[in-house]
Amino acid sequence: MIKFTLNGKRVETDAPATVRLLDLLRDEFELIGTKEGCGEGECGACSVFVNKLLQNSCLIPIGSIDGTDIQTIEGIMETEQFKILDESYSIAGGVQCGYCIPGMVMASAALLSKNPHPSEADIREGISGNLCRCTGYNMIVDAINLAAKKGDGLWQRK
Amino acid sequence: MPALKNESKGVAAMNLKDISTSVPKKDHSGKVSGQLAYISDVKLENMVFGVLYRSPIAYGKIISIQLPNLPEGYEAVGAEQIPGPNYVKIIKEDQPIFANEWVNYIGEPILMLVGKDLNILYGLLDEVNIEFEEHQAIYTLDEAIKQKSTSGVNMASYEFGESLEIISAIEQGAHQIIEEEYDTGYQEHVYLEPQGMLGIYKEDEIEVQGSMQCLYYIKNALLNALACGDDEVRVVQSPTGGGFGGKEEFPSMMACHVAVAAKAVKKSVMLVFDRSEDMVVTTKRHPAKLKHRTALDKEGNILSMCVDIFLDGGANVGLSSVVLQRALINSAGVYNIPHFHAKGYVLKTNTVPNGAFRGFGAPQSFAGIESHMGHLSKLANIDPLEYKRKYLVKQGDPTITKGKFRDPILMEDMIMDLLNATQYKKKKGEFHRFNQQNQRFKKGIGTSLFLHGCGFTGSGERDHIKATVKLVKSKDGKVSLKISNSDMGQGILTTLSKIVAKELNLPYEQILYPYPDTKEVPDSGPTVASRTTMIVGKLLERAAKKLKDQWQIGVEQEVIEHYVHREMIPWDEKTFTGDAYPAYSWGVNFVEVEVDTLTGNVKLERVYGNYEVGKVIDDRIMKGQIDGGLAQGLAFGYLEKMTSKQGRIQQKSISDYGPPTSLDVVPIESKVFDNPYADGPYGAKGAGELTLIGGAPAVQAAIEDALQTSFRQIPITPEVIIESLWMKEGEEG
Repeated sequence: MIKFTLNGKRVETDAPATVRLLDLLRDEFELIGTKEGCGEGECGACSVFVNKLLQNSCLIPIGSIDGTDIQTIEGIMETEQFKILDESYSIAGGVQCGYCIPGMVMASAALLSKNPHPSEADIREGISGNLCRCTGYNMIVDAINLAAKKGDGLWQRK
Repeated sequence: MPALKNESKGVAAMNLKDISTSVPKKDHSGKVSGQLAYISDVKLENMVFGVLYRSPIAYGKIISIQLPNLPEGYEAVGAEQIPGPNYVKIIKEDQPIFANEWVNYIGEPILMLVGKDLNILYGLLDEVNIEFEEHQAIYTLDEAIKQKSTSGVNMASYEFGESLEIISAIEQGAHQIIEEEYDTGYQEHVYLEPQGMLGIYKEDEIEVQGSMQCLYYIKNALLNALACGDDEVRVVQSPTGGGFGGKEEFPSMMACHVAVAAKAVKKSVMLVFDRSEDMVVTTKRHPAKLKHRTALDKEGNILSMCVDIFLDGGANVGLSSVVLQRALINSAGVYNIPHFHAKGYVLKTNTVPNGAFRGFGAPQSFAGIESHMGHLSKLANIDPLEYKRKYLVKQGDPTITKGKFRDPILMEDMIMDLLNATQYKKKKGEFHRFNQQNQRFKKGIGTSLFLHGCGFTGSGERDHIKATVKLVKSKDGKVSLKISNSDMGQGILTTLSKIVAKELNLPYEQILYPYPDTKEVPDSGPTVASRTTMIVGKLLERAAKKLKDQWQIGVEQEVIEHYVHREMIPWDEKTFTGDAYPAYSWGVNFVEVEVDTLTGNVKLERVYGNYEVGKVIDDRIMKGQIDGGLAQGLAFGYLEKMTSKQGRIQQKSISDYGPPTSLDVVPIESKVFDNPYADGPYGAKGAGELTLIGGAPAVQAAIEDALQTSFRQIPITPEVIIESLWMKEGEEG
């Protein structure tokens, strides 16, 4: 039995330890916001927080998450930070097909909580593990830049 | 109209004074929160998964098939279970749904195993045993060119333009004749959402849902495969995580697989590819070889030009003949070349079939002609851009297919604007000095000029597509778009809704555009060819006008509009003459790079784009098309490399292939010029494909400028650069 915290709630699962965290989240907990784009840790569409650190859930066997705190996009959806990101992505036009976006939003939140006033280069570095094929990234960079400004003071409050 | 005002009371009307003003996208919330369900997010009761057994050999005959013992609830589906003829209906009947006699490429589907557990299915797949009689395959385009006259190798060809006798006479009097061969590689779509399709079993109907661009292509393929009545199949688009042409014709095959399987096992069947399967077996941009042969006078002026194009079709023709048409029509670029002749071939190789990809043959042609014109300019000792401008087409000029450029062309303004914005001349001097002072790093600036014909080639819209759109007004005054076009990220849920909202003078929020379902929507054509905004948008604009005239409060109403063809010079596919497109969109790119001569790495420094797409329907969405399309186009020129060896695709993961990350792209300085087109909604023409086309040729020109050398291939990877530097050193040393 693997026990962990998922989006603020204590949960447990009987699934085998080799199951990928990505599959557990999607199949057992029906959290569809975590997407599979490559299954090899290259695209970042499956990004989640494990103990507040950004991770690719496709690379994590659930045997290693016992006792950890897991957050998915569903877990941050009600936060002020998410609302700022949501609005900023809309204004900047960062969303096209949308498939990379939940992962990109997780990466954005991770970046801003570490570095609330990132430079353009910091932003590019911060999302370099998340692939987007539609936007050419610039409008996503703009969105994060905007979120940093709009949410000034919000990002460090944990 | 006061009636409209009453009904929209209480809803804040979006300011649509200028159609270009951006509005929030219809699908924003579901996408940003991840709660919008793509096909792989769907779960149904009684749903099983499918996995495909694929040919391990490139060419051969199937001798016998041995299946393992299948546990209860697991079944095999193959050619025998197909109720109709065994081919995927596209253009020709050469793509089996399940190969049962011959296999023509590694990865060709032979049968499907279905059952509840994917891990068990993969285990069973390993136990399938098929005996083949292997035959000699054709693996490369060069081999296919050598065997062009062998039966079955030439899958399509066209030839047109000036007579070869006249060209021969001109060449005899010419100062010199320049011949160049140019190669372009594969390009893989890498839509972030891999292909996925679900066949839902019902007693009286098979419903197919999935990631797709063309609902009616799929429906027609299913009617053929299932040999059933029109009301027995239904196709519904799921939110689609990127297409770029990769979800144009390929999903028809997957739809046949899941529909045949669903019918056979009487359960719903889900088929979702993982990334490596998607990269290895789905269609790609055609590798191409282009040959340019140009007669010049003493000053380097062009007297005549012949272009030959060879496309690697892969194992079956699919849409390749149409891709070749667009490649040929664009073979002279944006230039008015005297005495122009072109011919082209689609050749068969025993490799994964190639297909639609944003630009559809044009990116290869533009890379080729821009490269050639750049090299000719060096012979003439004139700046490449100056040289190209001498030949730039003007309004009223003939096209190479004896059509006409009938609308105003703003290219000169667009070029002048970028000459000023980039301070081109000054920069050339600065880069020249920088390069003299620096051994390792070299800077360069390159340009590309391009166009894109909007809509289907020739009379395709009138003769084949015959688009119909429907608007349905509910009692409470909401208006729904009933069209078969897919939003795959390009934003038509928003842009097409805006057109209808503005025409009806209704709040944008009152316009509904649900994901299309063939039970609900007429065939307004596929979502391809930069046709949706211009053609479908115009039909919607007309339908909305009609609805406005007939508007009655509190009743349901419905209006339908059919396609009307613009009067043009009729297109004749046999002679390859006439107006190939009703209208053209235009573009200019300037690109600055820095090349590291030690590593061969290319760094983009600044990227500029000026475009003319008639009228922009949404500024922000247009910018998204520019940035995304240009990133793909630039990467096609220097970054993305896919190869096939003995019929096997070598890049099975995203990082093996190398699409741009956020660190590869720089901010793109772009501008869009207004030039409203009478037959587009609010003057709009196509924009989606145009933005990709100029990237590769501009980046090539910039690298050539930096290194003062010529390349005859893309992608220009670090390996290509290092090799060329060695060659140059050898020549000089």
